[in-house]
Amino acid sequence: MDLEFTPEERAFRDTVRAFLRENLPERLSAKVHGGKHLSRDDMSEWHAILNARGWLASHWPVEHGGTGWTTVQKFIFENECALAGAPRIVPFGLSMLGPVLIKYGDEAQKRYWLPRILSGADWWCQGYSEPGAGSDLASLKTTAVRDGDSYVVNGQKTWTTLGQYANMIFCLVRTATEGRPQEGISFLLIDMDSPGIEVRPIITLDGEHEVNEVFFSDVRVPAANLVGAENRGWTCAKYLLTYERTNIAGVGQSTAALARLKQVARRQRRGGQALIDDVDFAARLARVEIELDNMRTTNLRVIAAAAQGGVPGAESSMLKVRGTEIRQEITALNRLAMGPYARPYVAAALESGYAGERIGPEGADSAAAQYFNNRKLSIFGGSNEIQKNIITKMMLGL
Amino acid sequence: MNFEHTEDRRMLGDMLRRFVSEQYDFATRDAIATSDTGFRRDMWRRFAELGAVGALFAEADGGLGGAGFDIGVVFEALGRGLVVEPFLDTLVVGSAIAAVGTDAQRARLAALIDGSTVAALAHAEPDTGYALSEVGTRAERDGEGWVLDGEKAVVALGDQADLLLVSARVRGARDEAHGIALFLVPADTPGVARRGYPLIDGGRAAEVTLTQVRVPAEAALGTPDQGHDVLERAVGRGILALCAEAVGAMDCARDATLEYLQTRKQFGQVIGRFQALQHRMADLLIEIEQARSAVINAAAALDHPDRAVRERALSAAKVTIGRVGTRVAEESIQLHGGIGMTWELPLAHYAKRLVMINHQFGDEDHHLRRYIALGRALPAEAAA
Repeated sequence: MDLEFTPEERAFRDTVRAFLRENLPERLSAKVHGGKHLSRDDMSEWHAILNARGWLASHWPVEHGGTGWTTVQKFIFENECALAGAPRIVPFGLSMLGPVLIKYGDEAQKRYWLPRILSGADWWCQGYSEPGAGSDLASLKTTAVRDGDSYVVNGQKTWTTLGQYANMIFCLVRTATEGRPQEGISFLLIDMDSPGIEVRPIITLDGEHEVNEVFFSDVRVPAANLVGAENRGWTCAKYLLTYERTNIAGVGQSTAALARLKQVARRQRRGGQALIDDVDFAARLARVEIELDNMRTTNLRVIAAAAQGGVPGAESSMLKVRGTEIRQEITALNRLAMGPYARPYVAAALESGYAGERIGPEGADSAAAQYFNNRKLSIFGGSNEIQKNIITKMMLGL
Repeated sequence: MNFEHTEDRRMLGDMLRRFVSEQYDFATRDAIATSDTGFRRDMWRRFAELGAVGALFAEADGGLGGAGFDIGVVFEALGRGLVVEPFLDTLVVGSAIAAVGTDAQRARLAALIDGSTVAALAHAEPDTGYALSEVGTRAERDGEGWVLDGEKAVVALGDQADLLLVSARVRGARDEAHGIALFLVPADTPGVARRGYPLIDGGRAAEVTLTQVRVPAEAALGTPDQGHDVLERAVGRGILALCAEAVGAMDCARDATLEYLQTRKQFGQVIGRFQALQHRMADLLIEIEQARSAVINAAAALDHPDRAVRERALSAAKVTIGRVGTRVAEESIQLHGGIGMTWELPLAHYAKRLVMINHQFGDEDHHLRRYIALGRALPAEAAA
């Protein structure tokens, strides 16, 4: 039993830290730490910096341009990036489509699409959810009908994150209606510039444009863009649910957010004393800090098991549920710390280049918006209720 | 990074678990836990012969281990069997003796480790709750020796113990950390009165009254300025032990509850198919893994040189165990329904033990306050 990283892992961590010190633009980390919105260019810039270093595809095999890192190294890398305030790597191409192509794509698909993910030539978005298919994803209705060398796609996708920037979308589409709903689903790559596609923004409760609706009317897609066999798309989707979810708890993000919250709580005053000395606030802060310390070890235990060949199943779901609860509690405390100044909402203050006068203490401008935005954490990626279904299904075997 | 125990510890854990399941089955445990003595000396000696007591102490102190993870492995196995023999107080008293004992005092360790002497910590008092620095019992000089007066509360196996470790104030205010002295007092010393009683989670304890108890100078363990710190280190080991014991008990409560959900039928199906119950079970499973992590963190920090780091990890574990243990107990009973309310079901006894662990060496609230106070002692840099 040894909770310390090995000397090699510590050396790797130092290398990552040095790289971040030298290469992470302060302009970007300031935005991340301050809860400001990142532009398309911000995200692309960080993507390019990592790609230039060869550190973009940390979870791809080396032969496809991956890093060949161990599970522990991947954890260290993502953790250090989060602590340093690096923009998150847009996951749709790298973390979601990439592994599916490597596992289920044909040679031509791998040769063509994988390098384009790395170079940033393609910006991918995900077409899974539909208005009538959320947690019950297999009930999706968007259809793809074979017509010669093409599929003709009709239907609607929703909650398409950053779809406004994407030129490509990977979709789950219905290619058969017989049998179980899961058996008639295919995995299709669709060019967003195809005629018949329309993207409409969804403005979330915090005023942000992060997600979209995508409409398909008679969109023609080359049959060569089918990944895996027809009607076997559910296998690809399920693969993603178990693949590389060892960082799903967001321990790095929470650690960075908690450190910022403590700074805020030392600065803010309540009843003539620092907020951090307020008995009730200090108790909530202590509780979430303890939970986070426990979660860090729980996460490392899962990683250690995965490194030995175990496939995280119920464990990933446990990390997701408790990890998102912790992240949400920290954003709730940050909102409370701002007191009355949580309410002023100047949308422009969250964007790049805002030059107006700040209202309230530092960080107040984004505290409530972040809190509301982070309600999504327990909904997306399989809601926490779905995760609990998975946990009990695995433990009870029912 | 490695979350597997060493070969030696795995063997120790396996052996203890086997012994507990074969020799300490529920009926045996129930008989011992409700007996007039609250434990069985011959059983205690058998545990000692297995090396389970020795594993709690360093080689230099006559043991075979003594690290945080040794304590963890032993107590997790004990928790699975709801063992009532005096492991906890032996650990705490023995650790204090090992830390500051004279050669003559350290010579007593062998008898603790081989099970021939039963030791008990007599620190808490009727009005002091869980505070380590609050001591009303007085120690006055009496020639070369001392005379002790005061009352000690809920002393584990107090009416059976051979040797008491008594805290007493030689100077300072009632709640001051300085001026607390520790004394090793044979239980048959004149003036020691013991009123024993059973405990709801099994075993026994006693109220101990000290009236003009005269002890020689050699009874003093360490100096009066060391008393609090020695107590804190020794009780810290006890806190880790309790937390590990709780994890063992939680694992058993979880297994019993999972099995019940898979077999109990209502409305024509096993109740584990009901989502209202599934999600409660999922929450428990997450909580138990977090509790296990808290114990690992505490075990790893047990001998950390920085007091704030070490004691915070211990308090964090006790906060977690206090909260989770109680939740596991309450939910396990609820998920079992009426049968969970019965004495005949082992689960009920795991539940009682889990809740009562919160009442030893400080409950969730006590340790949350302590964790916060200790955080102020950290340099701002580390706190940020």
